[in-house]
Amino acid sequence: MSRARANSPRAHAYPPPHKKVINVVMLTLTGLCALLVVSVLLFILGYLVWNGARSLSWNFFTKLPVPAGQTGGGMANAIVGSAKLLLLASAIGVPIGVLGGVYLAEFGKGWFSFAVRYTTDLLNGVPSIVIGIFVYTLIVIPQHHFSTLAGGVALGIMMIPIALRSTDEFLRAVPNTLREGGLALGASKAQTVVTVIIPAAMQGIVTGIMLNLARVAGETAPLLFTAFGNQFWSSGWNGPTASLPVVIFNYAISPYEDWHRQAWAAGFVLLSGIFLTNIVARLLVSGRRSTSRS
Amino acid sequence: MASTATTPPAPSSAQDAPEKLSLLEKFKKGDEAAFLITFASALTIILITCLLVQRLWADSALSRHAFGWHFLASSDWDPVNDQYGALPFIYGTVLTAFLALIIAVPVGMGAAIFLAELAPRKLSNVLTFMIELLAAVPSVIYGLLGIFVLLPILRDRIVPVLQGVFGFLPIFKGAFYGVSYFSAACVLAIMIVPFIVSISREVLLAVPQSQREAMMALGATKWDVTWKSVVPYAQRGMAGSIFLALARALGETMAVTMVIGNVPSITASLLSPGYTIAAVIANEFTEATGDLYVNALIELALVLFAVTMIINALARLLMLGMKSQETAH
Amino acid sequence: MATSTPPIELRRLARARTARFGDPEPLDTPSQPQFTVEDMNFFYGDFHALHNLNLTLPSLRVTGLIGPSGCGKSTFLRTLNRMYETVARTRVTGKILFGEANLFDYAPTLLRRRVGMVFQKPSPFPKSIFDNIAYGLRVNHLCSRSELHDKVVHCLQRAALWNEVKDKLNQSAFSLSGGQQQRLCIARALAVDPDVLLLDEPCSALDPIATSKIEDLIFDLRRSCTIIMVTHNMLQAARISDYVGFFLQGKLIEFDAARKMFQFPSNKLTEDYITGRFG
Repeated sequence: MSRARANSPRAHAYPPPHKKVINVVMLTLTGLCALLVVSVLLFILGYLVWNGARSLSWNFFTKLPVPAGQTGGGMANAIVGSAKLLLLASAIGVPIGVLGGVYLAEFGKGWFSFAVRYTTDLLNGVPSIVIGIFVYTLIVIPQHHFSTLAGGVALGIMMIPIALRSTDEFLRAVPNTLREGGLALGASKAQTVVTVIIPAAMQGIVTGIMLNLARVAGETAPLLFTAFGNQFWSSGWNGPTASLPVVIFNYAISPYEDWHRQAWAAGFVLLSGIFLTNIVARLLVSGRRSTSRS
Repeated sequence: MASTATTPPAPSSAQDAPEKLSLLEKFKKGDEAAFLITFASALTIILITCLLVQRLWADSALSRHAFGWHFLASSDWDPVNDQYGALPFIYGTVLTAFLALIIAVPVGMGAAIFLAELAPRKLSNVLTFMIELLAAVPSVIYGLLGIFVLLPILRDRIVPVLQGVFGFLPIFKGAFYGVSYFSAACVLAIMIVPFIVSISREVLLAVPQSQREAMMALGATKWDVTWKSVVPYAQRGMAGSIFLALARALGETMAVTMVIGNVPSITASLLSPGYTIAAVIANEFTEATGDLYVNALIELALVLFAVTMIINALARLLMLGMKSQETAH
Repeated sequence: MATSTPPIELRRLARARTARFGDPEPLDTPSQPQFTVEDMNFFYGDFHALHNLNLTLPSLRVTGLIGPSGCGKSTFLRTLNRMYETVARTRVTGKILFGEANLFDYAPTLLRRRVGMVFQKPSPFPKSIFDNIAYGLRVNHLCSRSELHDKVVHCLQRAALWNEVKDKLNQSAFSLSGGQQQRLCIARALAVDPDVLLLDEPCSALDPIATSKIEDLIFDLRRSCTIIMVTHNMLQAARISDYVGFFLQGKLIEFDAARKMFQFPSNKLTEDYITGRFG
């Protein structure tokens, strides 16, 4: 009797052994899934560093491309082109997105707010190639030529939805007590927003913009029929311009060995830039979280 | 002594007549101005989106009038004779996207469950960070790796094995040169996995702790708790993440263009080259001559737009249901 | 039914403020009205939150508003600087005079400059201590750049915070303790030289020592500023109020000098509440 009682906790032990086995098996399986996904990243990084850094030279940053078949040359024009496109894109996407986000978080209510949120999600889901077509019909057809301007507008439109949603979210995370604190001192709503709320959310908003830039920096499809490409320097905003992603695409599908090498180098440069921006942006946010806690 | 400077009102001066703001002062305080400026920005977004739909609709008019609904059902894509049918591209788009989902969903879900529920917090944070980086890799880089790394591996290692085992199936018949539906689906799968993982992980983390505690109190294993109480609770949100991933896969352009082979045909074999809507636009748009040709391509963009919109809307609907469910508890 | 008297402690407090040495006597001599409220009703959408309020709040006195949570005392406080207008679907009917002028004739920003408010949770802006105090002066363009520093120093001295923060004016306001943050918020409100200071349970998030410092500050301010304070702490109301208003379920049950109310409440409900018989 006493023996049976002593054994009973063991006999009725929960979980039963087969459940424990399942537990371990599933832990391993799902862990392998995660490992698989992460190993893809490590593979991509490793491969690009290996192939790209090897093909990288000073010429890459300073020289223009050479005609097909010759070796050497670089992508100075594409790097500058990408920078110009991003500058233009931020000039369009950031103000509209951020101000729209301020509207949603601070002023908006009712059906119009809902409509703005809904369209923003819609615009965010539009495939990038469709944005390319849109800007083509909007700017390239009336102008009769490809241009940096069109490329910048295309990327800018792609930046709007994310800039808006991230601004909206970070502003909403600012505690309401700060809004009331500002108003209670005789500041108007606009003054409170500009002098208290936006500064309080600034780091978050900047992070959002950085991630946003990193995202559109790699966009290729919307540039194919807007900024197009260019073997030479593109001066001003009205001519077609080369950009890193489009050059990678064109070089990768070309039959020339040397161009493939250059594509790897360009891919390495592009990805390094994107990853660095991502890492800095995320550190900015996590750093802020830890200081506000202390 | 009469100074014009306004002195701060003495405590008893509340009896003064109320001061009213002049129009100029009102503008300085800025409420109306701020409202108008931000409202204009918000309105711009709606206008841009409306304009986008209007342009796609208007600039595909020729093609819509010439082919009507037949455009979607015809598999005849012949620029020389100005005959355009979208079926091969629709077929390729849908086939590659679903194939990608079949590969990506189990892996993505597994990884999400591991990161959200089973892994130690620190490990999970590191892995999540890496997966978010993976989501930031541009599609042209995937294409680059697809051409030079994935295609040779598929051609030399994986497909011969697949054909050896499943060669009797029509989907694995035929010669394999590398570029194919299957290759495109593999690249797409790799591209959408990070999205599935990060969205599903967030959905899982949003499941209230009480859901877990109830079963833990009964002494259930971690997997039991996850599978029987957390996952069912998060089902809708996870389904939403699959829809979002599907929308991305359908609209993906560069990587697919680089590995699918770009042949407008409809074949049962996954190993033969094909075409997708986005890829045909990317490849042929700048070279398209003739208004009808351009219009047909823009109509393809319209179709792609409509499809991704519908799928995105479905995804939002599922996620929305998820959110109201959370607040109800 | 024989009326039971309030607990001995409350009575003593109300009679002679002996709880802490040096606490001044209640000031219930007549004074000018600061706010005159007539037939005021307040609605949140369809919910009728305040019913037919009629009262006169005296100037340069400390008025305590007491009552169980949800009774509408904070809502009432928020109508006095029209802060309720930031919440959607709220509506006020009736008449409120600020001094002798209609409250609703003021531009909200001007009104709020003259009727300052401090909230339950300390809410310093994520700026330096100096910038927190200077904020109200700057947005209202109340003083020149050269005067700013002196004004800030003066405010901090007035709020008895100067000695604690004089060496770290440029540090973040979050480096202060909770009680210091709350006094900073009071100093911030004082910077624009308001006629009235509304305090919405300013001590509910603070420990007893920080609370007593804020109470000291309120005593110091009452000569220069009308103070209206919501509190859920009866002892605190008895300690610092000159006048007390008791709210219950959106109605003003009783309004009287603190000395009288805590000793001889005229309403049975008030008596039940201050003797702790409900809630």
